[in-house]
Amino acid sequence: MNHVIPPSIQAYVLPVLYGVVVVALLPLLAGYIVLLERKVMADMQARLGPMRVGPHGLLQPIADALKLLIKEDIVPEKADRFLFWCAPVLSVTMALLAYAAIPFGPVFQIADLNVGLLFILAISSLGIYGIVLGGWASNSHYSLLGALRSAAQLVSYETAAGLALVSGLMLAGSLSMKDIVQAQYDQGVWFVFVVPVGFFIYLVGSIAETNRAPFDLPEAESELVAGYMTEYSGFRWALYFLGEYANMVVVAAIATTLFLGGWLRPFARYQDHLFGTSIELLDLLPTILFLAAAAYCFWLAPRQPVQIQKIVMALVGGLCLVLAAGMTGALFAPDAVRLGIHGAFWFLAKVFAYIYAFLWIRFTFPRYRFDQLMRLGWRFLIPLALVNVIVVGTTIVLQQNWEWRHPMLSAIVTTAIMLGVAAFLAREGSAPSEPAEVGEGN
Amino acid sequence: MNSLLFYFFSILAIASAILMVTRRNIVHGAVFLITTLLATAGIFLQLQAEFLFVVQIILYVGGIMVLFVFVIMLVNLDVSLHLVQFNRMKFVSTILAVVLAGHLFAAFWITRNSLNLGPRGEAMMQPRNTESVGQALFQNYMLPFEIASILLLVAMIGAVVMAKRKV
Amino acid sequence: MSESRINASNGSSNVTTTVLGADEIILNMGPQHPSTHGVLRVKLKLDGERVVGSECVIGYLHRGVEKIAEHRSYQQFAPYVDRMDYVAAVSNGLGYCEAVEKLLGTEAPPRARVVRTILTELQRIASHLLWLGPHALDIGALTPVFYCFREREEILKIFEKYCGARLTTHAFRIGGLQYETYDGFEQDVKRFCEDFDKKVDEYETLLTENRIWVGRTKGVGILSAQDAIALGVTGPVLRASGMKWDIRKAMPYAAYDQYEWEIPTRPTGDTYDRYLVRMEEMRQSRRICLQAIENIPSGPIMARIGKVLKPPPGEVYHSIEAPKGELGYYIVSDGTTQAYRTRVRPPSFINLQAFDKMARGALVADVVAIIGTIDIVLGEVDR
Repeated sequence: MNHVIPPSIQAYVLPVLYGVVVVALLPLLAGYIVLLERKVMADMQARLGPMRVGPHGLLQPIADALKLLIKEDIVPEKADRFLFWCAPVLSVTMALLAYAAIPFGPVFQIADLNVGLLFILAISSLGIYGIVLGGWASNSHYSLLGALRSAAQLVSYETAAGLALVSGLMLAGSLSMKDIVQAQYDQGVWFVFVVPVGFFIYLVGSIAETNRAPFDLPEAESELVAGYMTEYSGFRWALYFLGEYANMVVVAAIATTLFLGGWLRPFARYQDHLFGTSIELLDLLPTILFLAAAAYCFWLAPRQPVQIQKIVMALVGGLCLVLAAGMTGALFAPDAVRLGIHGAFWFLAKVFAYIYAFLWIRFTFPRYRFDQLMRLGWRFLIPLALVNVIVVGTTIVLQQNWEWRHPMLSAIVTTAIMLGVAAFLAREGSAPSEPAEVGEGN
Repeated sequence: MNSLLFYFFSILAIASAILMVTRRNIVHGAVFLITTLLATAGIFLQLQAEFLFVVQIILYVGGIMVLFVFVIMLVNLDVSLHLVQFNRMKFVSTILAVVLAGHLFAAFWITRNSLNLGPRGEAMMQPRNTESVGQALFQNYMLPFEIASILLLVAMIGAVVMAKRKV
Repeated sequence: MSESRINASNGSSNVTTTVLGADEIILNMGPQHPSTHGVLRVKLKLDGERVVGSECVIGYLHRGVEKIAEHRSYQQFAPYVDRMDYVAAVSNGLGYCEAVEKLLGTEAPPRARVVRTILTELQRIASHLLWLGPHALDIGALTPVFYCFREREEILKIFEKYCGARLTTHAFRIGGLQYETYDGFEQDVKRFCEDFDKKVDEYETLLTENRIWVGRTKGVGILSAQDAIALGVTGPVLRASGMKWDIRKAMPYAAYDQYEWEIPTRPTGDTYDRYLVRMEEMRQSRRICLQAIENIPSGPIMARIGKVLKPPPGEVYHSIEAPKGELGYYIVSDGTTQAYRTRVRPPSFINLQAFDKMARGALVADVVAIIGTIDIVLGEVDR
């Protein structure tokens, strides 16, 4: 291929290709995450979720997207037309832009910046404009207040999440996403086991950053103040929605890379081989998982009530078998392909596990009131994150200078200190709402 | 390719700046200031200063501009939309701007041969920008760094004290 | 902002007509609003985030039920009472039938009284379940509402098997019951009651100890006992403010004096306490049902009162403990087949008066929780 493409743009071909794949697939992925959410929500609420459109609702996102596209585009009369157009586009663009630095595998990464993590954080902080300008452009007092509140929430929890990332960063020693995963491989442990408190802070911070329950007061329907999205309908609203779910995948990807080992399989350094071949035992895990999924689908297929559902269930089972075969086949492929495919599998599995945690939390907990939310962020999470940085930093320096060769010991000590601090701070973060006194200022 | 990107970013910066100062609507002006800052960040990236690139976005665009936008939106919601530009000085200001531009251009033209990036400049443009900035801040410039952080702390406390209704 | 006086449209208002300061605005909630549980319009005077005054505008569901009663015979009016508190129709029916029986000077036979008790307690559970689901939903807990409706479905199935209707049941007749209990009634009720305790534990697991729930409901909408008594508040709202008052124990009716059960009370009178009181009430109702279902006396289900009811002239006030509070019927008879005046004392209407007291000083986001915690049904408020 080298003689076809002029050398000056050779370096750009693969990233552009990856970029096109990401931008093309991402709306589909976000749509199916919405379907996943509805199915998981239904499961937790003792019901079935979308079942009609396509077998088991699998075509629901396509139907929703079509509906939103053909809806009438309503622009409020006094709205600022430029900003009204611009805001949802900004939201989606920033969400998509963050994918440039995310490593989906050791090979599949659009741009390996050596400040990759910081770049993603920067882009996330740009996402605020989509919300603020959207609220402004709606020309409604309450939309604006809701948007400003949402922005204040985002900014506060971004600080806490960023500080939590710093603690993981100190362990990795580099801002490049690839190097962070490499450091987890070199140290032989996922960082979540070394700084679990940092992971917890990042989890809470990322839920608040993506405006998900229990921090979704600015966009809750049963509240009085209208949110920033109220005036948007049809495709514009779809863009906001898409941006929100794409953002969810971005924060999940950051957490996965930094704390959950990125594309590494569990026990990445365990190198036992299969019967003298070059296949590592644990590399067969994806195959086993897909075979189990296929078996489950085939077991379910005859039990479906309707003929078409039987066929589709069987087809899904067949798909799982194909994926299992693909995973196994990749084991015999050249290194880059093998690492790429298996890395992508583990990465996506972890991202989905993180997103499942998001969904689980959304449907279990009630919503925080706005002042309680800000109190939690500023008086509990940020101090905790600051102390976390100090404690982890101190531990690392002590390890290096005093030759502490017991990483697990330092992890346990660090966690114990942090839990103590957290218990102390928890009193601050959950002071009950002031009882109804007239005349008390804000 | 490099120069293409440079021209792209600089044209974007200049165009955004012009749009920013000519908008009637303050919020539009703020949006164009954001694009100007983003374009400048792009130029930083081209100069191999990737840390500055990210920090420009995080701090300027993601922090200071958010503050600007908040203030514009919260204060005088009606007034900000209908502010009349001071148009009476248009003629004089155009003359002054042309004179200033002429001075700058003349200065660059006259010294065009002595403007060269020496070896010290080349050494500065190294890939590991973050580490160099970090080392400089925490080793050579520790005291100014601490003073700056205390200054910021004082500003934050002052803002909170002024904004609270009840101490 | 210019200063101006509030001009309420009907000339009188609960909100003191003070001059609007620079920071105060009036926010209108409803009548179409997902959280006002019906067509309730609430005008809130806000100072920033705090509520400094409120006014409830009602009447959007007024159907003239009491006026209709003047032109219906006693039996003809019985289906109308179901439509007032449509969430707990059986209780309404019980109150009315017992009031007319008092006017006639008769009593329903023992078997009818026990079956009435069982059905009324089941209805109390169903009403509280319907309260809990939307209340939790307003505060943001998206899941309990589905669990509550799952249990409520079981109760409605029992009602449907008994009298053919799920919601507006007209289950009782003046003088007793029309229908015998169906085959399998005892088993259905027993099975429901046996499962129900675990289900209430499920709801409590999700909510009671949850920090966010406690943070949203503790200290919100406090109503002191003196205020509650002064405003005439009854039911779980009163009991959560510390008063141990339940008409089932104070002035027993139907078969309540035959069973052992407790009146749950809580000291503070905030939203959290009202939640706990209603959860405990569900458990106590289940206890009553289990005891009642053990021995339903045999015998006739209808008293001998004849088809045409002409009570002697006089008046009666009879009240029962409906799920929402004291439901009272004041009936004046002039000796004809139609009552001269039927006045309903709706618990939701009286309890809603406490809203202003509870909402003052609360944040806007709490208003939704406060409306939910009073447990109002607009059909009853407006009649």
